Amino acid sequence: MEMPRPNSMILSRRAQIVAQLRAALPAGCVIDDPMETRVYECDALSAYRCAPLAVVLPRSTAEVAAALRICHALGVPVVPRGSGTSLAGGAMPSADCVVLGVARMNAVLDTDYENRFIHVQTGRTNLSVTGAVEARGFFYAPDPSSQLACAIAGNIAMNSGGAHCLKYGVTTNNLLGVTMVKMDGTVITLGGPWGDGFGLDLLGVVCGSEGQLGVVTEAWLRILPKPEGARPVLVAFNSSEVAGACVADIIRAGILPVAIEFMDRPCIRATEAFAHAGYPDCEALLIIEAEGSAPEIDEQLSRIRAIAARHNPIEFTEAADEAQAKRIWLGRKSAFGAMGQMGDYMCLDGTIPVSQLSYVLRRIGELSTEYGLDVGNVFHAGDGNMHPLILYNANKDGDLAKCEALGAEILKLCVQVGGCLSGEHGIGLEKRDLMPVQFTPADLEAQMRVKDVFDPSWLLNPAKVFPLAASAARRGDT
Amino acid sequence: MILPRSEGELVEAIASATSPLLVKGGGTRMIANAQGEVLDITGLSGIKLYEPAALTLVVQAGTPLAQINTLLADERQRLGFEPPDLRGLLGRDGVSTIGGIAASNASGPRRVQGGAARDAMLGVRFVDGRGAAISSGGRVMKNVTGYDLVKLMAGSFGTLGVLTEVSLKVQSIPEAEVTLVLGGLDDAAGLAALRRALGSPYDVSGAARAGGRSYIRLEGMAGSVAYRAERLRAQCDATLVENAQSAAIWADIRDVSALQGRAGDIWRLSVLPTDAAGIAVEILAAIGGDTLRDAVYDWGGGLVWLALPAGADDAVRAAVNGRGAAIKLRGTGAAPFAPQSAQVSALTAALKAQFDPFGRFAAQSPMSQKVIP
Repeated sequence: MEMPRPNSMILSRRAQIVAQLRAALPAGCVIDDPMETRVYECDALSAYRCAPLAVVLPRSTAEVAAALRICHALGVPVVPRGSGTSLAGGAMPSADCVVLGVARMNAVLDTDYENRFIHVQTGRTNLSVTGAVEARGFFYAPDPSSQLACAIAGNIAMNSGGAHCLKYGVTTNNLLGVTMVKMDGTVITLGGPWGDGFGLDLLGVVCGSEGQLGVVTEAWLRILPKPEGARPVLVAFNSSEVAGACVADIIRAGILPVAIEFMDRPCIRATEAFAHAGYPDCEALLIIEAEGSAPEIDEQLSRIRAIAARHNPIEFTEAADEAQAKRIWLGRKSAFGAMGQMGDYMCLDGTIPVSQLSYVLRRIGELSTEYGLDVGNVFHAGDGNMHPLILYNANKDGDLAKCEALGAEILKLCVQVGGCLSGEHGIGLEKRDLMPVQFTPADLEAQMRVKDVFDPSWLLNPAKVFPLAASAARRGDT
Repeated sequence: MILPRSEGELVEAIASATSPLLVKGGGTRMIANAQGEVLDITGLSGIKLYEPAALTLVVQAGTPLAQINTLLADERQRLGFEPPDLRGLLGRDGVSTIGGIAASNASGPRRVQGGAARDAMLGVRFVDGRGAAISSGGRVMKNVTGYDLVKLMAGSFGTLGVLTEVSLKVQSIPEAEVTLVLGGLDDAAGLAALRRALGSPYDVSGAARAGGRSYIRLEGMAGSVAYRAERLRAQCDATLVENAQSAAIWADIRDVSALQGRAGDIWRLSVLPTDAAGIAVEILAAIGGDTLRDAVYDWGGGLVWLALPAGADDAVRAAVNGRGAAIKLRGTGAAPFAPQSAQVSALTAALKAQFDPFGRFAAQSPMSQKVIP
């Protein structure tokens, strides 16, 4: 992965930059010891590493603004960071950048159950947002797999999804407003707890902008009343195509389960060996979850059972109790860990129209053979968000490059059938150079013009999202 | 008048324009008092793709809403965000098009459960003021590839570009629908009942109040709807209205029928549900009105419609100040954009300058509005 050459002028002023940040921020907020900055050298795309020039960990919006003002004045690039769980390299530093981490800002500022929102600092983890309201029977809906660790700041930057967004939507559908600091240190409020502000939907474009438009420090999030209960079923098939057809029929019948997850044979075998969830050895399995009271769940699952029966499943298991429900989810939830046991892997997240599911799975199988690398598929079938996991060996010469080439082929395939490069992980560093597969130069230009407005000097997370050549002039990289 | 028949012709028309254009679909939601040479987009009409099993619809911007509704209904599907028909309220005639709905983020009562138009919009194509054809988003449910210009275009009232194509997520029409009707409550108690219902686990898909009654809607499978209605009725004294009769109630709420044909100005307020009654009473007390006659509350109180005599602007601004946003949709000085903070106004102006540097869509500029001091 190519990164711009670090700016030697900035590197040579390292001491001055750190001194100014130290002078403006309380003790302990600035890290420049190379032993300590190494902790920040990568995110969850750990194949790429580079320690930053320094790290700042502010405790308030005002301190974020102070740090950004200094970096802006000195022309130093800033890479914002939540919890560092990005799979796309969204928080990957450059040698000449300051990493600005919001992890210390994790307070709940307000909870309002009557108006159904929570106001938090964005360093707070996704799961602990739900944790703050669940005693009163509420939850925060977007649930990325990394929800134990990932921060709301990163969720907003990447517009994160999760397994249950088939019913509840992704971050942008659950975000009411933000307090954000622009690169020049200006603090702005977009939206608010009441939602509609009758202006341009700037909040909508900030969400998913990968930390390139501003550093979001506080957010108003929609909270929802928890359903009375939930129950998963496991349906196993002898063919991926049939499983895909079953998903289409369920949706077509007007049933909207809260989640429909899909796993293929390589993934099932890996998780069985790792987690022993008791999955059948089959070509494809679906985990479908229904929500509501017990009679409502019975009503929904009986219809799903009838539809599934038309496709001759080799197994249809309805969770009889909480323990069995947990076991059904166990394999799915440990799928990434299980694949990790088998070797290094790269996780893609292209989305496809659900009607293209069987064709795409077949093509991925062919490409896997062609490249000689195993691919397991585990994904959100209801919304077409694929997660092909490509296994490779990081210690084997050329394997990473081969894996990246196969990944690129798979993502091109997703776009070709009418889908997109990323459904929920973001572009970051990882898919930056594939953007022209999906977008024309005019499309990319329009997006970059938005960044021009929010960050005219292109200092915030500059070498991400857009192909380096496309953004070179704006970044001053000539 | 300019009537392009294709995106190429639209590009040509915008690139060769020398004065402001007035972008027009069916003309039912246009900004009042906007000026310019009419650029009629109804020539860009038709269904590009409809996959019922994927809940996906891609249409050209000039496609009439009625045509879309018929197409979807044939497959027992619908637009989940329930776009309002505001012709009666605004005194317009014409044929509503999907482009106008997208450009105004027109969203009905189901917003509290299923989201707004902007949430159902998966992708757009548009032509900006430089004459560049631009695509953002796509036709799939989950997409974080690049900046979300779809949201930027939703509700921008054609100030940044002309929509040519919209991809939408659609939903199935549920088999059953009931409405709980609550009478005999004042605004404060009637709105509190709506908030309680929205805070319950019973998946309320409509929560509104008009003419002294509160309405709570439930939709879904028959057994589930019956169960949830029973549970909610245990908390409040309500009569049940089913299916077609229930649908008629929500069509009236959606289209703000209660305020149609009223003289004076029509206002739309976005506030916290707990502030709704207080703000409405404060405004109406200042000008001698009555919420029973002059106010319709939707979204559990988060949306307030008011029919006010002309000249109530100061009373509205004073009551809403710092507690939400208000726009006048009909009347002198009507505009779809509310005053914004100085910083947001500056960003808005800068985006406008990027997407429409020559002022082709200047008659509808969001910057013509006042800045909050």
